[in-house]
Order: sequence, then structure tokens, then C-alpha cells
Amino acid sequence: MNRAEELSAAQTALAGSLGEAPALGGAALAGDAWLEVPAARWRDACRAARELPALGFDFLRCLTGVDRPEAGRIEVVAHLFSYRHRRALTLKTSVPRDTPELDSVAGVWPAADWHERELWDLLGVRLRGHPDLRRLLLPEDWPGHPLRKDWQEPDHYRGIPTRRAAPQTAGELAKQTYVAVRGVPSAAPKAGPASPGEDG
Amino acid sequence: MSTDDRPVIEAGPEGGFAVGSLDSLLNLARKHSLWYLLFGTACCAIELMQTGGPRTDADRFGFVFRPTPRQADVLILAGTITYRMALRIRRLYEQMAEPRYVVAMGSCANTGGLFQMSYSVVKGGDLIVPVDVYIPGCPPRPEALIEGLMLVQQKVEREPWLAKVRGRVADPPDPWPEGKESTE
Repeated sequence: MNRAEELSAAQTALAGSLGEAPALGGAALAGDAWLEVPAARWRDACRAARELPALGFDFLRCLTGVDRPEAGRIEVVAHLFSYRHRRALTLKTSVPRDTPELDSVAGVWPAADWHERELWDLLGVRLRGHPDLRRLLLPEDWPGHPLRKDWQEPDHYRGIPTRRAAPQTAGELAKQTYVAVRGVPSAAPKAGPASPGEDG
Repeated sequence: MSTDDRPVIEAGPEGGFAVGSLDSLLNLARKHSLWYLLFGTACCAIELMQTGGPRTDADRFGFVFRPTPRQADVLILAGTITYRMALRIRRLYEQMAEPRYVVAMGSCANTGGLFQMSYSVVKGGDLIVPVDVYIPGCPPRPEALIEGLMLVQQKVEREPWLAKVRGRVADPPDPWPEGKESTE
């Protein structure tokens, strides 16, 4: 089975379990194609992907999210792998940006626990039924969710400035490196013996 | 008192002796027992471990690691500092007894380094604790860390310590003015 056939088989199997076929996306793009399910069926789809013998996606490789402000949605992406069938699947859903709520799949794959905490921490997706929905990477009282495209960095966090007085930009750094390597160009004539180039 | 008086040390076949002001003798002892906290936040900590290992052998200078801030004199900021960790670093610093010194090891602890454009990284250890010595490098080699710790030694041997503990020298300003509490 090639990739397209695998995806088509997974689509059929999920359709049999959910009662509706998940949408196929990204088939024309260079990367992996994916299956997309409505947010209301997310947990059912994940459970079916794990438990149907034909699918058997027992390994959650990654669970993450993407902010799409132009669409007003936050995409949630699960990368699955089946050790039994040696095959991978990308499963997607999306939630509205202003009320991002989704059923937790920590009960399906225990590994989803911390991934979902990260999803809450960085993108602000509330996972219903999560056993312990706290921030994972940032402090508990952090303002906002920084992987949202419209997030603004505050000036201070608990009295710690979030900017340095003279940050080094890439351009300044490149200039410094240039001067350090090439030396400062000088208009003054060189003292001492003439360089080989001037000899001829 | 001169700020850079050093004891005269005479070594002889039957042992030796040191003559100097009490301050200089105290500082001689202090600078050779700078215990650092065994604490690292990122990859610089790997070099920190190397520095304590047999090849570089920081012990020969009296730099011995301690697993608790209560017994440590030097806090080495070894690695990238996230905001979440910054709160812990403040607490560790406050748990250390005075006199205490801070060494910022590597680019991240100096300025945020490679990650200075990140939302979650503190742009330099000196924004959270007062830093005495900055060591450049990404990461600095163990030799560089030893040099940094020797700079702390130079600072220690010039301190009017006796006068300080008797209250004749004013304490340094409070690094945490009001509103900068570190409790979590």
C-alpha cells in the first residue's frame, strides 16, 4: 500500500466508526496529507484511530496546534503512528479562535496529557476532561498564550524586564563579526615596507 | 585599610607562615574556599560538570560544589534562563548566606544569547540577580569558567570583610526593591 492508499483506507475505517467520512486535506501539497474531523467528533475519531484493529494507531507522536487568525480558527494536529502496521497518520481538527474548546484525548493516549498542557499553555485551547490542565512551560501567572499570532510581549514579568537595553540584532552582530574578521578599513597610508601587491 | 593588601606568605622546609592584616588573612582563607552551587539550567551545566571533573579539577582552587544553596558561596548561572526558572533562581539566591557571588556563565546567562528574541527566555541573568562576573562563550570552556571563578577570588581578596561584618561598611543596596517579591 502506498501513502494515498493508506490514507484512503484510514478514511474508510474512520467513516465506518464515526458515521461520516473525515475530510481529506493537503493531498495536493508537498507535505503529508491529513484527515480532518469536526471538533465535536475529535475524541471519537482519536479513540477509533487507536482501537480499530485496521488502524491501530497506538502511538501518539506529537499533538500540537497552529493559530490561523485569517480563518479565525486554531488547528489541532495529531501525528499518529501504528507499530502494528508500520504506518503513520496525521489527524486534524480545528476550533474557533474566540472559544477554543476541545475534548481531551489524554484518556486515549496517556502521552497526550503533557502535549495538551502545552496546547493550553501556548495556544490557549481549553481541553475538556483533561486530568490536570495547568501550564506546562510558562509560569502559572503568565499573561496570555504566546503562540497566538496577535500576542503582545509585556514590558515586564514580575519586575523582570523582558527586553535588554541594547539587544543585538542580526545586522549589528554581522557588522561586528565583519569588523572583527576583516579589520576596520582605514584611509591612512600604511607604514613600513610596501605590500607584495604594490610591487607588481 | 588598603584595599589590596595581601598577606606575606613565607614557605619554609618546616611549614610556613603568613603575615598580614586580619582582613587579608580572612580573605586568604575565604578566597580559597569558594563553594559553588551545583545548579545548571541548560547546556552550560555540562561544561560546569566538566570543570568539577578530574581534568580541569576545580577543587585545587578550593572551588567545591555543594548541593544546597545554604552552603554555597557562588551561584553559577549555567545556561538559558526561562521565566519559570527565573523565579526559582531568585529563590535559590535568597537562600544563599552572605557573602554570596554570582557568575553568569555563557551567552544566555549574559544577555539571553541565542534565545534573546524568545518570549520565554530572560534576557540576561543580571535582570534577576546581581552578577559579579560575566563569562563569554557558548558554552565557555572549563578553563574560561576557572578564569571567571578566579576573578571572583580577586574580588574576594579586596573586600574589607572585617569592617563589613562589624557594620562599618554599608551593605549594598537591596537588589529587590518593593514589588519584586520572589515568592511563588
